[in-house]
Amino acid sequence: MTATLEQSRHLMESAERPKDGLLRRIRKNWWIYLFLLPTFLGYGAYTVYPLVASWWFAFLDWPGFAAQGTFIGIENFQRLVRDDLFWNAFGNSLVFLLVAVPLRVGLALFLALVLNRKKTPFKGFFRTLFFLPVVTTGAIIGVVFTLLLDASGPISLALVTAGILESPANFVAHSGTSLYAGVGVWVWKWLGITMIYWLAALQTIPEEVHEAAMIDGATPLREFRHITLPLLVPFLVIITLIDTVGALNVFDLMYTLTGGGPSFSSEVIEIFIFRTAFGATVPQLGYASAAAVLFGLLTMGLAVAQAVGIRWARRRTGAMK
Amino acid sequence: MSLDIASMTTAPAKTAVGRRRLWTPRPRPAQVMVFVGLLVLALIWIYPFIWLISASLKTQPEIFGAGLGLIPQEPIWENYARAWTVVGFDRYFLNTILITGGTVLLIAARSALAGYVLGRYSFPGKKLIIAIFLITFFLPEGYTIIPVVQLTDQLGLLNTHAGVILGLGAGGQVAATLLYAGYFRGLPKELEECARLDGAGHFRIFFRIMLPLAWPITATVVILTFLFAWNAYLLPLVFTLSEPALRTLAVGMTAFVGEYGTDWSGMAAAAVISLVPVMAVFVALQRKFVDSIAGAVKQ
Repeated sequence: MTATLEQSRHLMESAERPKDGLLRRIRKNWWIYLFLLPTFLGYGAYTVYPLVASWWFAFLDWPGFAAQGTFIGIENFQRLVRDDLFWNAFGNSLVFLLVAVPLRVGLALFLALVLNRKKTPFKGFFRTLFFLPVVTTGAIIGVVFTLLLDASGPISLALVTAGILESPANFVAHSGTSLYAGVGVWVWKWLGITMIYWLAALQTIPEEVHEAAMIDGATPLREFRHITLPLLVPFLVIITLIDTVGALNVFDLMYTLTGGGPSFSSEVIEIFIFRTAFGATVPQLGYASAAAVLFGLLTMGLAVAQAVGIRWARRRTGAMK
Repeated sequence: MSLDIASMTTAPAKTAVGRRRLWTPRPRPAQVMVFVGLLVLALIWIYPFIWLISASLKTQPEIFGAGLGLIPQEPIWENYARAWTVVGFDRYFLNTILITGGTVLLIAARSALAGYVLGRYSFPGKKLIIAIFLITFFLPEGYTIIPVVQLTDQLGLLNTHAGVILGLGAGGQVAATLLYAGYFRGLPKELEECARLDGAGHFRIFFRIMLPLAWPITATVVILTFLFAWNAYLLPLVFTLSEPALRTLAVGMTAFVGEYGTDWSGMAAAAVISLVPVMAVFVALQRKFVDSIAGAVKQ
């Protein structure tokens, strides 16, 4: 992620000022455009076109791909603003994000700190183990956890045996807990990759810093608070950004785990879009596009806010490559 | 400092580094607890997988009826046979391999080509391309899915493998291109100059010299794309809504739930079938996996 931002900046800088005329330069470099052709075609059709087309679709009344859409102005947006189910999905996504991201980022940092110590035993083993769920298929994990979280399943049984629960409970089937069951499974699944990000970040802190702190007699806690943490702030912003975007893209897990239910209690934005566009008997593609556009704006807004945060953090901590 | 149980026994041997000893406090209860906590957390992390394998070998009533025991009375391999042939996971498996293979190939090829020229040359339009990459970097799949389906429909590729492959691999995946660009950018200019003196053209230089040199990036891109394509769900789901024969493992799993809702042991077996390939590849290549991801972030 830092890679990509840094990379693009370098690439921008290395774009030279033109000396010849534009046409001549294009003619001279014809082979470059040939190399870029697959990207032009693929990226143009499958990323740039959808980016633009969604906006157009959002102004249509469009009952299915086979049908012709009719332009209805901003009616879809007006309807969205008044749609309780849309705001419900929007709120669920925000709650998911606000609960799950700090949990994932924080717990991963803690694990990384423990696993970064020279003397922690079986580091490689633990690292592999925590990373294992990351490579698995979200949709399959969702289904598997419907069994694990069943009222007669092992998790409920273990909690009852331990005396934490009074009677068996199905967390997925209760409207009060279904969203948080999703949060739990999501953190379980993705913690490992955030831990790897943090370990990579911790590697950038030279060993001498740690030694100097010890010579000065800093306790591990004080060392973390006053030395490690400030050095990690730029990474914190980037890692939070990556995980935030991840938390908005939880369709596979949530759809297979709860299907958005019961009674929409765990319906996140992506499920709302999917249900409106593909799940209903009469597809409302224009309406779903309007929701998608708002969803896209939300994601972009969060990304921009955090990009600003990265700049701020960089300036504050000085150089960070 | 010392969470390390091993070091408690070997500590005297280390006194040679005398001063270091001064800084190393004895293992305090708090630190032992951290280690125990780590172990417990590790158990929680691995438990779902162990439970899943166990459930895939149990009989139907045994899964939920036999308490917390993980060892099946007698392994029921028939669960796997049922998932494989009756439910159709043989078909889903093949589809997933085809789609994943095609997607990986497509992304690696177009990213290497684009990364090479973006990393090493300047040309009109370069800034625009980079700017578009940045704007679309975080574009969510839920945003693009409707136009992508509409486009695929127009192209007549809905309900085909090629349609799913293009949908997954033709757009997005900026990170792969930027990884290649960064790597190619760091290679010395002399490489091309020498080759050009020897009379090699642009394409020869790329395929004979540059692409082989970039194999570490190719490995990273292949691994990351493999994960992405194997685990993809929304797009294959939408693309195969009207064509069950085209389902991937992930989509087939949810269809299984809908069609044979109470066959838990079959479901568990199907889940194991779907997860084993990714997990096996991960365990075999885990160093490369972790380094790819750490590298992609750290650079």
